[in-house]
Amino acid sequence: MSAAPLLEVRNLRVEFPTRRGVLTPVDDVSFTVERGEILGFVGESGAGKSMTGAAIIGLIDPPGRIAGGEVVFDGTVIGKDAAALRGKHIGMVFQDPLTSLNPLKRIGDQLAETIRLHLDVGAAEARKRAARSLEEVGLDPGRLDAYPHEFSGGMRQRVVIALALAAEPELVIADEPTTALDVSIQAQVLGVLKRICAERGASVILVTHDMGVIAETTDRVAVLYAGRLAEIGPTADVISNPRHPYAQGLIASTPTVEDAAQDGELYQIPGSMPRLDAIPPGCAFHPRCAHAMERCRRERPPMLEGRAACWLLAEEGA
Amino acid sequence: MSIVEARGLTRRFDLSDPWVVRMLTFRKKRILTAVDDVSFSIEKGTTYALVGESGSGKSTIARMAVGLLAPSAGTITIDGTNLNDPALDPATRTALRRRIQMVFQSPYASLNPRWRVGAILAEPLHAFGLAAGRETARVAELLEQVGLSETDARRFPHEFSGGQRQRISIARALASEPDFIICDEPTSALDVSVQAQVLNLLKRLQRELGLTYLFITHDLAVVATMARRIGVLQHGKLVEEQDTIALFAAPRDPYTKMLLDAAPRLHPASATGR
Repeated sequence: MSAAPLLEVRNLRVEFPTRRGVLTPVDDVSFTVERGEILGFVGESGAGKSMTGAAIIGLIDPPGRIAGGEVVFDGTVIGKDAAALRGKHIGMVFQDPLTSLNPLKRIGDQLAETIRLHLDVGAAEARKRAARSLEEVGLDPGRLDAYPHEFSGGMRQRVVIALALAAEPELVIADEPTTALDVSIQAQVLGVLKRICAERGASVILVTHDMGVIAETTDRVAVLYAGRLAEIGPTADVISNPRHPYAQGLIASTPTVEDAAQDGELYQIPGSMPRLDAIPPGCAFHPRCAHAMERCRRERPPMLEGRAACWLLAEEGA
Repeated sequence: MSIVEARGLTRRFDLSDPWVVRMLTFRKKRILTAVDDVSFSIEKGTTYALVGESGSGKSTIARMAVGLLAPSAGTITIDGTNLNDPALDPATRTALRRRIQMVFQSPYASLNPRWRVGAILAEPLHAFGLAAGRETARVAELLEQVGLSETDARRFPHEFSGGQRQRISIARALASEPDFIICDEPTSALDVSVQAQVLNLLKRLQRELGLTYLFITHDLAVVATMARRIGVLQHGKLVEEQDTIALFAAPRDPYTKMLLDAAPRLHPASATGR
């Protein structure tokens, strides 16, 4: 066996008490992240993908709370001390680069501040490292003294990535890092993430709603539906041979530049994702599933063959 | 036969400081040309897509096509009539306006939250004096047409999901029995599986009603399955225009090639032939 995984999440459950009952945006989710790996989280709005990322680093806003399960980072269980890992060992990149940067401070100062907060270095050394981290994301280190508004959207997102990487974390959680960007810029930003992963041996959790981004960037992918893990596996496998009917539908309904078909209709999944206060019993996907059986209505399927939470796999195995 | 024709369409915006400030600071006027000499025509009953990144001028063209913005130069004609002709008599202008409708990007911002769906759909009927006396029946018919039910007329927009709201926007556009609908990023605020539902709905309505679409988007993958012809915009200029299949098979302009290369693919390995 190789070394233990960098991150292991077991049966994670996040709850939000509301007046109308307890909502469960993340329900019994388990996965691992290996060292140097890019793991993708894909799903539609409300699937729980961002919430899972936030739970790992303890960024769930009250009244929400982690109600069950554990997060093991580098061999230690993370509990109340998640804040200590944030920045130093786990970096975050959010969707909107404008709100992640302080508009009144030069980016060099913001980078140096982060570096000095987490690493025991002097001001001069911190500035040197700040310049190096800008270089690493493909920006001119001479622009340390520029303000965030002097950069374009794609450059700003690269500054945010530099900021997340400044303290040399082992894991970066990137939540929809390219959603606000044009495709040409998106390709650059994803390129930077991939390169850093390869050069530093850092791991990345990439949260996105875009199956194309998953296909081009990640090593493994986890498909989430209504707060639950529907399918997980090597990206190429999941995309060419999805086992869970939701994953099949999601992939089939994604329009791509490859099928410039004239009058073909797109595949569509009937209905829509259930609201968190109305998750059906049994398998959450069964009302929309073409293969739903009696068992799917009653019993929630466990993860089978380490791949998909679907009773069809049990049928095939029998 | 083309129904919509844009000829030398140009729109400039004046971003200058006020006159007094300019006189005091000796700054020059600053003019932004958002759309620069763009010409295209759309065949009746087909979809024409304008594709471009942010700042390419695609939404400015949409606003000129629907008559929300006057061109600085050039013309846009519907069935040979110039929308912005000052000599046009008011009755003809109203008749022309009825035939052009728009579906906006955000189904959250484009529906009045204080109006019931029935009132939202009846408004264009009143405005153009259509279906007098049988508005309720017409509203029910419109809801049915977009896959919603008659009883939804009594509900408010917030009771619907994003995809359902976009269906309401489409029903509102259909209310005035238009020939030409401008869709400005109609699915970019929606999830993938819902996007497929809305795109299929737009296609079905086109087949059934013989509609003509101008489809504005940044997403080449979406237009691959929607449009017959595609125009690629960069910095306000039309850099390439081809039939969809030809454009994807052999893009001519380097910018189009770059856009195609940058678009994420589901099967990256199979793209080696590019």
